[in-house]
Amino acid sequence: MTDAVEPAPQSAPQPTRFQRFARSDLLWSYLRSPVAIVSSIVATVLILAAILAPWLAPYTPFDPATLNLMDGFTPPDSTSFAGHYFLLGADNQGRDMLSTIMYGSRLSLFVGFSATVLAAGLGVGLGLIAGYLGGFVDAAIMRIADIQLSFPAILIALLIFGIARGLIPPAQQQNAAVWVLIIAIGLANWAQFARTVRGATLVERRREYVAAARIMGVRPISILFRHVLPNVLGPVLVIATIGLALAIIEEATLSYLGVGVPPTQPSLGTLIRTGQQFMFSGEWWIVLFPAVALVLLALSVNLLGDWLRDALNPKLRR
Amino acid sequence: MTETPLLSVRDLVVEFPRRGETFRAVDGISFDIAPGEILGVVGESGAGKSMTGAAIIGLIEPPGRITRGEIHLAGSRIDNLPEAKRERLRGKRIGMVFQDPLTSLNPLFTIGRQLTETIRRHLPLTPAEARQRAVDLLTEAGIPRAGERLDSYPHQFSGGMRQRVVIALAIAGEPELVIADEPTSALDVSVQAQIIAVLKRLCTSHGAAVLLISHDMGVIAETAARVVVMHHGRIVETGSVGDIIKRPREPYTVRLIEAIPSIRRLHGAPATAPAGVPDAAPLVEVRGLSRDFVLTRRGPLQRLLGRKEEVLHAVKDVSFTVARGTTFGLVGESGSGKSTCAWTMVGLLRPTAGTVLLSGHDIWDGREGERYRRRRVQMIFQDPYASLNPRWRVGDIIAEPMRALKLAEGRSETEDRVAELLRRVRLDPAALRRFPHEFSGGQRQRIAIARALSSRPEFIVCDEPTSALDVSVQAQVLDLMQELQREFGLTYLLISHNLAVVRQMADHVGVMHRGALVEERPVDALFDDPKHEYTQMLLAAVPDISRVA
Amino acid sequence: MVAFIARRLGQSVLVMLAVALIAFLIFRFVGDPVASMLGQDANQGDIAELRDRLGLNDPFYLQFYHFVLDALRGDFGISYRLQQPVSDLILSRLPATIELAVTSAVIALVFGIVLGIYTALRRRSVETAFIMTVSLIGVSLPTFLIGIGLIYLFAVELQVLPSFGRGQVVDLGWWRTGFLTESGLKSLILPAITLSLFQLTLIMRLVRAEMLEVLRTDYIRFARARGLARRVIHFRHALRNTLVPVITIAGLQLGSVIAFAIITETVFQWPGVGSLFVNSVQAVDVPVMAAYLVFVALVFVVINLIVDILYWVVNPRLRDSASGGR
Repeated sequence: MTDAVEPAPQSAPQPTRFQRFARSDLLWSYLRSPVAIVSSIVATVLILAAILAPWLAPYTPFDPATLNLMDGFTPPDSTSFAGHYFLLGADNQGRDMLSTIMYGSRLSLFVGFSATVLAAGLGVGLGLIAGYLGGFVDAAIMRIADIQLSFPAILIALLIFGIARGLIPPAQQQNAAVWVLIIAIGLANWAQFARTVRGATLVERRREYVAAARIMGVRPISILFRHVLPNVLGPVLVIATIGLALAIIEEATLSYLGVGVPPTQPSLGTLIRTGQQFMFSGEWWIVLFPAVALVLLALSVNLLGDWLRDALNPKLRR
Repeated sequence: MTETPLLSVRDLVVEFPRRGETFRAVDGISFDIAPGEILGVVGESGAGKSMTGAAIIGLIEPPGRITRGEIHLAGSRIDNLPEAKRERLRGKRIGMVFQDPLTSLNPLFTIGRQLTETIRRHLPLTPAEARQRAVDLLTEAGIPRAGERLDSYPHQFSGGMRQRVVIALAIAGEPELVIADEPTSALDVSVQAQIIAVLKRLCTSHGAAVLLISHDMGVIAETAARVVVMHHGRIVETGSVGDIIKRPREPYTVRLIEAIPSIRRLHGAPATAPAGVPDAAPLVEVRGLSRDFVLTRRGPLQRLLGRKEEVLHAVKDVSFTVARGTTFGLVGESGSGKSTCAWTMVGLLRPTAGTVLLSGHDIWDGREGERYRRRRVQMIFQDPYASLNPRWRVGDIIAEPMRALKLAEGRSETEDRVAELLRRVRLDPAALRRFPHEFSGGQRQRIAIARALSSRPEFIVCDEPTSALDVSVQAQVLDLMQELQREFGLTYLLISHNLAVVRQMADHVGVMHRGALVEERPVDALFDDPKHEYTQMLLAAVPDISRVA
Repeated sequence: MVAFIARRLGQSVLVMLAVALIAFLIFRFVGDPVASMLGQDANQGDIAELRDRLGLNDPFYLQFYHFVLDALRGDFGISYRLQQPVSDLILSRLPATIELAVTSAVIALVFGIVLGIYTALRRRSVETAFIMTVSLIGVSLPTFLIGIGLIYLFAVELQVLPSFGRGQVVDLGWWRTGFLTESGLKSLILPAITLSLFQLTLIMRLVRAEMLEVLRTDYIRFARARGLARRVIHFRHALRNTLVPVITIAGLQLGSVIAFAIITETVFQWPGVGSLFVNSVQAVDVPVMAAYLVFVALVFVVINLIVDILYWVVNPRLRDSASGGR
């Protein structure tokens, strides 16, 4: 009883939440990674441009009243016969490419985000249940996930899309298209989340702090949400970031294949699909700029996810 | 000494760049090894002993590197040789044995293939001759029917057998020096003694000197003649094993030696007498406890076909009692069932048969028993890194039992009690707002103790509470546990593979072997006069510093 | 060995039955088969007769039983859109898809493994940094964009390779091959590269990650301590241990080449099964969708089976646990 109380590791005053963040490994690794910095800036700019499209875009490309066929095929950085200036040119119908791209990314991002949220919610929930309950429930959920994971997501999404097409009356298909797309992509991507969360849950569940909680009689549901969930969120964040890039690509692919959103409401994939036919006749800008936007968006988000995975994985840190 | 030393290390510095700064793992050490000599290197974790071994054999993982000093092998400098030439030294002139025999061998190749490829790399032999030499080496290393076992894969051997294979591999090229880095730390006590004997015998008969790296002074004392004590990358003291243990000069060595528990009573006086009357009414009574595990599950169809399930009897009919206010030590090797026993006693694992009574209440008797148990039983775990949730603040971790059992009213009362508990385990109450990763292993174990105390339990099960800690930290944690026991009248079940720790802490000791309790007696009686032959074998096998003449 | 394969076969049959059930549910409940076959202006009598003939009034399990029996005979009904037997449609387009998929799979496997090993062994070199960056960009690029880019470069600008179709084909019995003519081979180049690129980067990254993991293990460190030559350690010890887990994932990746062909075939108007499927989805041609699902599942199950057996052959630990006890 006579020995002095051991001081806490640092005698500095209590760090605030911000100070802790500033001192964290994550920020350190971010500031040391030019790839992460550049891609986060690119992603932010693109996402802001998409969200603020109604206010920032120079034209409203989908309002037939403002369209002028005289503007059709105007090359980039030039003024049309009708006296309109187009930074990135205009397409065959005289729509401003910059504005269509902004609105198109808006739709692509909306579908991508919603589908990822759906996939993450479903996957995390089922993964936690499978990992914690084990036994038959676990076997059933994971067997479905395994089978689904062995098929490419695009195939699953196409199937779900086709089924939905057959079930929804034709009159409502136009309105439902975006939601069908979100559900198709979301259902196609849940398994990756479920598998990762289940794996992490199995690891966490065997940790001794869970045993300690069980000894003191903490209820399983409480252990699941208060102990296990916070510890599996790291990998979930990584998959969600990479999953967002995947969902954007999948949406573009489905739209490119002609089974996505209707042409009246084009996403980036639809723009590329319609633009491709003009590639042979020399109007390269109609396909190039949407493609560049799509690549930048998918690449920057993917690079961010890749960096995040390395930064959160201490094994790779060297 | 007039003779040139076999190995001479001069002013060696090994550095690791880390986050912009450099970390010195080895900080200017110098020592010699004579031909055929066994030199021990002892130190706690982070002392730089493994890095010294890696530097000598030239296997420092980048970005770490030697930044100063020289290493001479039989008079010629080797640390500045190009990689191609260093490669030629490894196995041929310097061999190495690693800690974990389970991961040292390539799982996809037979041990025969791994042996012959090593032999033929270093010696000009035909495949048939190399095979014969492999058989000889394995036989020498004590592997029975070596000829037949040559075509077995590593997973078909036990841990101890694999380490024999590893030693045979290290000696296969007839090196002049073998570096053994914690060669027995992953093994059970009884196997440990055999492996040390094999290492010593093989190196002596092949004329190789040994650099034996270990955190365990006992292992060094049994094997080496001379020892180097390292601390924070520096050499603190060098001397004969007897001198270092009996007449340590440096303050660090003195503290280190004092902290090492022994299976003998070195200081005469027995452990402080228990607070309660020795034959007070037992607090815990374990009667006929058994626990089985089904190893291979059979589907309904297979059971119909009469295929039997393979069952492991992890705990077989174990009975003992623990008196209030005393410590019951449960010792045994890995797989003896001691941890399974503990898990059934804290409510984590339902026994297959038998009862666990706490003041006469059956803790496995439905909700009633569970409610009774939850308020009175707590547990301290082995791994101080896994036993605290890394995302929780220390305050919340310690308060968890109070909240789960609704023992405190309101925020401020909870916080006051957490602060009080932190003071009790000698930590600054300001720690409650910090996260576990900001603390060292020993401090974390104190936090775990504070958590166990926070529900004011009567009975605490301690499962290897100090196995993950360095000896000096172990001594502090054990002292704290004893103080708290006196203060709160706690009853402990102490589970450990470390016989010395149990001798210092327990009043009563039970020895488990293959699921059964083979011997159970008061501590001094059991250690001074073991009756069961397994207990005798165990005690004889422990490398202990008290054995040094 | 026999028991092991028997168990795996049993599991495969179960998976196929599950997929068949899904295909059957799609076939039976998506859209109205009778309306699709007869058109809008059929009379009640015809409808009732057709329902009866198709067995749509039978109990559910009997209908499924007949569906499975028909499927085993290769009978998936008549395409709504093209009014031809589905099995004929798939069979006539199968050679195109298989030739494309196999070529891509070989490219992906060879380059993926070689580059993966190279980048793992030369971890800090400039080439590795370059390859890794390009591969990351490759994973982030949608397959169809790669295809469009290649078409633009080689067909529009350089005009050295065709932008669509299979070129001239030669009939070998029912199998039409593009391997035997110059134009057929030329037409194969761009689609095969497009299709292989994604799998190539995946396999490369997988091999690299696995190899780096293996190079960090104790037994590699011990192999170095034993004085084995660097070449032996890398190409005998590390490579073999790397390839064991790689077999599983690489095998499955190759399976997905068939499914990914959907996109490539659309971009290059390749007359394969994939473009047939896309057109069927657009037109809600349910029998073709159901049959395609069963076809792809079959490919996956067969590949899975082969992978399992291979894995069992190369991994001694698995061999022991399978022969003893189980």
